[in-house]
Amino acid sequence: MPETQSMPRVARRKVTMSKEMTGAEMVVEALKDQGVEIIFGYPGGAVLPIYDALFHQDKVQHILVRHEQGAAHAAEGYARSSGKVGVLLVTSGPGATNTVTGLTDALMDSIPVVCITGQVPTHLIGSDAFQECDTVGITRHCTKHNYLVKNIADLPRVLHEAFYVASSGRPGPVVIDIPKDVQFARGLYAPPRSAAHKTYHPRLDADVETIRQAVRMMAAAERPIFYTGGGVINSGPAASTLLRELVALTGFPITSTLMGLGAYPGSGENWLGMLGMHGTWEANHAMHDCDLMIAVGARFDDRITGRLDAFSPGSKKIHIDIDRSSINKNVKVDLAIVGDCGHVLEAMARLWRSEAMSAEKQPLDQWWAKINEWRARKSLAFRNSETAIKPQHAVQRLYALTKDRDVYITTEVGQHQMWAAQHYHFEAPNRWMTSGGLGTMGYGLPAAIGAQLAHPGSLVIDIAGEASILMCIQEMSTAIQYRLPVKIFILNNEYMGMVRQWQELLHGGRYSHSYSEALPDFVKLAEAFGAKGIRCSDPASLDAAIIEMIDYDGPVIFDCVVDKIENCFPMIPSGKAHNDMLLADLSDDAGIEIGAVIDEKGKMLV
Amino acid sequence: MNAPAAPPSPYSAAAPNAKVESHTLSVLVDNEPGVLARVVGLFSGRGYNIESLTVAEVAHAEHLSRITILTSGAPETIDQIHHQLERLVPVHQVTDLTVSQRSLERELAMVKVKGRGEHRTFALQLAKAFRARIVDATTESFIFELTGKPHKIDEFVDLMRPIGLVEVSRTGVAAISRGPEPI
Repeated sequence: MPETQSMPRVARRKVTMSKEMTGAEMVVEALKDQGVEIIFGYPGGAVLPIYDALFHQDKVQHILVRHEQGAAHAAEGYARSSGKVGVLLVTSGPGATNTVTGLTDALMDSIPVVCITGQVPTHLIGSDAFQECDTVGITRHCTKHNYLVKNIADLPRVLHEAFYVASSGRPGPVVIDIPKDVQFARGLYAPPRSAAHKTYHPRLDADVETIRQAVRMMAAAERPIFYTGGGVINSGPAASTLLRELVALTGFPITSTLMGLGAYPGSGENWLGMLGMHGTWEANHAMHDCDLMIAVGARFDDRITGRLDAFSPGSKKIHIDIDRSSINKNVKVDLAIVGDCGHVLEAMARLWRSEAMSAEKQPLDQWWAKINEWRARKSLAFRNSETAIKPQHAVQRLYALTKDRDVYITTEVGQHQMWAAQHYHFEAPNRWMTSGGLGTMGYGLPAAIGAQLAHPGSLVIDIAGEASILMCIQEMSTAIQYRLPVKIFILNNEYMGMVRQWQELLHGGRYSHSYSEALPDFVKLAEAFGAKGIRCSDPASLDAAIIEMIDYDGPVIFDCVVDKIENCFPMIPSGKAHNDMLLADLSDDAGIEIGAVIDEKGKMLV
Repeated sequence: MNAPAAPPSPYSAAAPNAKVESHTLSVLVDNEPGVLARVVGLFSGRGYNIESLTVAEVAHAEHLSRITILTSGAPETIDQIHHQLERLVPVHQVTDLTVSQRSLERELAMVKVKGRGEHRTFALQLAKAFRARIVDATTESFIFELTGKPHKIDEFVDLMRPIGLVEVSRTGVAAISRGPEPI
């Protein structure tokens, strides 16, 4: 009806104000009102009414995955690449339990996700009914919050609240468990209200005096460093812009966690590369020797800090985080700033300018001279080969051939993930989707599907390992069904590479169950799904093969056969400090047993 | 209730010999299903201690419950517990009553004691000294009701043990701040 369509938005709202409908219809209505365009899901007995409501509309597109774990990771990839909330819809029992890995992943990496699960009818709850499980009990520990809606009157409020909780403050996953009888029940639907949440009001603006104090500490610092994380990405693109501005204003060096890559451009002058267990020599040494560390939206994870009692021993630390419990959790800091990092960075840049602050030039120059010495160590260098494709070389070529395109990168978990983080460089936020906190193998392909749906015209590549990719390979079917041209670039070394590396370093080279026996022929596998398969094992033809992959209009599985025993360096061995790193060239020196570098205590760690 | 964490690893923040303190946390929550499980799950999931826990609705119309938790740990751990609790969505307010040092703490216990002859006399004398009330009596037993700070109840129970203690039921600590201001 043209009249209805031309009605102003407010007027249409009024029409829906107190509309009576079923619970299932409310779910779809709330998705529309929340601006949700795409949901990922898998039907089943306990969500049939919601699927029926989806059938009668075309505003919300449903993407049928092949496993509920895939739905969760796809929602994460969608959310992380777009800044919107990712939504999934699954049935009760196994549908719900299959999402647990994805929900935990979203919790660890602070990704806004709303997961709607069907539940057996309320009168059957607790009777061990078919496909019944205690969904809110099971997901209580892997969600930011969850709800079991037993009364239709609560449903509209809960639906809208879930989106608010998932996306506000430190984002995270929220589960709404809806029994089937509540989906059938009729009630009054209400659109989102602006009324404040009863209890949850994350604080965005930090105390100005504290920020002023931070700015003064920054001006007085001689060896400062910015240590930034995923919080900058979560705060939105404006935070990344402000971060770049502040780095330019101060002239300080900057490093980032795995989750924060892209907030500051990889080509930026002040960029030291990623820090942490597989971070660069310069980033880790600068962290160790700095006199002022400014942590922005980063949480001092053990992959970052290494041995805590030797972590940056001589520095004052400023920590900006929206989550108060992240502050002083692992590392005691000198100045805590609780607030959204976008807001705080804006205030910092403003104060720096208005108080005409400038860092002491001479000490900063000396600091940079020191950093440039570390940089000259070229810690990411590797010995290339003309006969075998080195995995680092493969990522470098992939980067060189795709960097000028509109590209989104996802990864699985392991060596390939670290090589991607080291050798693929990101100029913008939201371009890099990886499982950081939980380290979920199988994340990359569904996340790529989510990212591709959020950015239909863009090039989306999952840099994968041959072991990880098999964990969610079923989602190839999803890619085919929706014509999603995701590219899977497998660094195939026939090993669970990171497991093999640790077995080499810690367990005397006894490669217990880390060899990928009985691998499928990935080219034939691609073809069986209806995708294109490419195999390349010759460094000389790598470029041409990568171009063939990029140019193909459809999903591709690229089986890049790489050197089987390449290890991922640099590396801070477990239990060691930032200035106690292993480099690739060390392992080449005859007579040095890398396994001997890690002591007994270190072997106990993960 | 949870055993303290194993010897600290190079990744753990708490100093090995950190002083362990006991703190009383007062947590005001929305009285919704599962809220207690969230709070208790936070403690078990992150390896914090619960020495006692009391929960009841305190404002029916507003759906508010108060959870009073006696916990112990290094000062940094207590601080973490405080902020982790604040992070839970249905939590309105968390107050560390031990830090404010202006709080009243009370626990109620019911203590069943069995005995005849002079044991009964001893039990009655001690009960009087502790201002315990007799809430049930038979020819060979008493049940005493006693209110006080936890250590006072501990003392009473210890004294009853040789006399003929059968069993004890305790409510855990309820606490409130002194003076006119709310917690």
